[in-house]
Amino acid sequence: MSFDVMIVGIGGQGTILTSNILGKACVIEGIPVRGAETHGMAQRGGSVESQIRIGQEFGPLIAPGTADLLLSFDLMEAVRAAHWLKPEGYIYSGREYVVPTSVFMQDLPAPTEQMLLEMLGDRPVKVISSREIAEEAGNVLTQNIVMLGAASPVIPLKKESLLEAIRDTVPPKTIDLNLKAFNMGIEAGKK
Amino acid sequence: MVVHYLLGNEAIAHGCLEAAVDVACGYPGTPSSEVIDTLRMDPDRACKVEWSVNEKVAFEEALAVSWCGLRAICTMKHVGLNVAADPLMTSAYTGTKGGFVIMSADDPFAHSSQNEQDSRCYAGFARIPCLDPSTLQEAHDMVRDAFALSEEFSLPVLFRPTTRICHSKSDVKLGKVMISERTASFEKDARQYVVIPAHTRVLHRELNQKQPALKKRLIELGYNRYEIRGKTAVICGGVGASYVREVAGHDVSIAIIGAYPIDEEWLREFIGRHEKVMVIEELSPVIEEAARQVSGFVPVYGKITGHVPYEGELAPDRVCEYLHAAGFETQITYQPVKAPAALPVRPPILCAGCMHRTAMYAMKKVFRDGIFPSDIGCYTLGIQLGTVDTTICMGASITVAAGMSLAGETRDIVCTIGDSTFLHTGIQGLINAVYNGANITVVILDNRITAMTGHQPNPTTGLTACGVATPAVSIEAVCRASGATFVETVSPNDLVTFIDVLKSARSLKGVKVIIARQPCVISEKRAKVIRGHYTVHQDLCIGCKACIKFGCPAIELRGGLASITDLCPGCGVCVQICPVGAIGREVKE
Repeated sequence: MSFDVMIVGIGGQGTILTSNILGKACVIEGIPVRGAETHGMAQRGGSVESQIRIGQEFGPLIAPGTADLLLSFDLMEAVRAAHWLKPEGYIYSGREYVVPTSVFMQDLPAPTEQMLLEMLGDRPVKVISSREIAEEAGNVLTQNIVMLGAASPVIPLKKESLLEAIRDTVPPKTIDLNLKAFNMGIEAGKK
Repeated sequence: MVVHYLLGNEAIAHGCLEAAVDVACGYPGTPSSEVIDTLRMDPDRACKVEWSVNEKVAFEEALAVSWCGLRAICTMKHVGLNVAADPLMTSAYTGTKGGFVIMSADDPFAHSSQNEQDSRCYAGFARIPCLDPSTLQEAHDMVRDAFALSEEFSLPVLFRPTTRICHSKSDVKLGKVMISERTASFEKDARQYVVIPAHTRVLHRELNQKQPALKKRLIELGYNRYEIRGKTAVICGGVGASYVREVAGHDVSIAIIGAYPIDEEWLREFIGRHEKVMVIEELSPVIEEAARQVSGFVPVYGKITGHVPYEGELAPDRVCEYLHAAGFETQITYQPVKAPAALPVRPPILCAGCMHRTAMYAMKKVFRDGIFPSDIGCYTLGIQLGTVDTTICMGASITVAAGMSLAGETRDIVCTIGDSTFLHTGIQGLINAVYNGANITVVILDNRITAMTGHQPNPTTGLTACGVATPAVSIEAVCRASGATFVETVSPNDLVTFIDVLKSARSLKGVKVIIARQPCVISEKRAKVIRGHYTVHQDLCIGCKACIKFGCPAIELRGGLASITDLCPGCGVCVQICPVGAIGREVKE
């Protein structure tokens, strides 16, 4: 059995980079891993997902209702993807909430942050103030790393492997920044 | 041997390097593009890498490289193979010299495509071998070995990964990069390379004679293999085989088809050892039809019996459901899942500051009653703006517009086509439209890059695939040379002038060409072009929503008034749209 992680967000928020870190950490530990991603036009500001299966030898796709962890960079996307989780699966979501442009253009009703939180239901949910933490770490773009740090205690990979994978994945000039964001994420996840 | 966590296409690119490929060329198309992208970005590569203007061009160049005795791969998405189908069919006759691999990446579920065609059918049609990987490791190993297979049979080899191979990731064992020691030398032989009728009849017979040995060889090479585990069996291929291995019961035999054509005797022998078999494959029932030919009295379940759909992609839970429905055992049972919550959709949209939005906004203003044939690129997202009325295939905007004009449609016909698509297969349509007196306006959306597939340079960019400066093609000169007399170039960011040019075009007869030129905002961002942000003066905004309806993702409605977010790249178009002058440059305090 693999530990299946669903990473969701909006195109540009770093879902692919985050799954790359998990994948590389698996290689560091010698664990088989499979991942599936959204590429191409779908990335242009739309809902995106990366599936990653830690310890999996066969296919890259997770079945709905079976994911162990949902890592989300946007509250609405967390709600949209919650059905992928098994009943006892964990949700770690950023408190970010970008209202889709279609809502403004077509005057559609959009749920409030409170409504989204309620829709996540009675699962083990951690909502992290990822923007504030990333800004404090030094760059708002590190929200994905903050979230990865927050969720890392439930991921069956060693912290050292994740740190090494971060060093190996992010642009060299941003390594310290990202390591800081990761560690701040861990602290935020404990609260 | 080293293990890396790689994208399927990166693993495929590395397989090419391990085979000491001499030339790689292709036309970008999701999910195939990253093979050439990986090779062209590799500073240590010893091979030549080229982005071609279309798949037919890429195919013919790669074929000629092979005829010179070198190893070549050409890459494309499945529909690109339609464009290259002409040389494909006859290259099977002429055969190859150096190894020649055609990578045609299929897209079940049409994640990023206009259809779900199955490239395996092309391989059967052309009678060439087809390799269909079920894992990323296999994709890497197959492409590495495909060149030698091509050389052994003097045939092009069709390599057919799907989206869930190309755009999946896994740990992949890589071998050593090899450097080619071959030198190009074309040996003239009219009987092989000039397919006049007298030659081609002989070549066709020779192609047919290669088939039996080819089928046996694919078994010897281990591409088609099975494991007997019980009285029932699943025959599967492609990435579907991975799902079958994950979910099928421990007592269910599994045969994996990794290569075509399938040896009938081998397949008959496998099926004959079972009481019933099920075929699990994506798209066309290629394996299933082969199985039915040799199954005798053994029942075969699959698409033809209605147990597996012809369309869409497979997934572990779906494979499980199909196996259950046909009475096959599984080791996993998935519980039904509650439907996801109803939420406003978040489809992909054009970027903040993208010129396609502006050009289409202006078209809609000037040609209120117009018909808008369009084409394939980021601008197909203009469907959300009501300015994409048709899209069928690459280059079919100008031709569809001309066809509507020929039909006698009296409304204004305004078509859109991107720079790369125009060079791909748009030019012929333009020449034809001018030649035959069509009455249309052609808007060429020239952002100087092939953006949708990941920003590949093209002949308008001024750079080759490997970053060497090269003369940029003049789209204006191409259009004028085709005979068009109204050819105007203007940036849509200058919205007022752009609208004026559209109005001029509307007042004239014939083929009017407007080149809407503005570099892609993503290219500009990467080149560190900084324009500053714009902001809405809240005391001036009247909440009329004119800018909201423009649809830029950087503009939001907050408390009834417009507001600009930090996504704003500073194109300045909203300033020109606002009727009360409420939008201006952001001034830092």
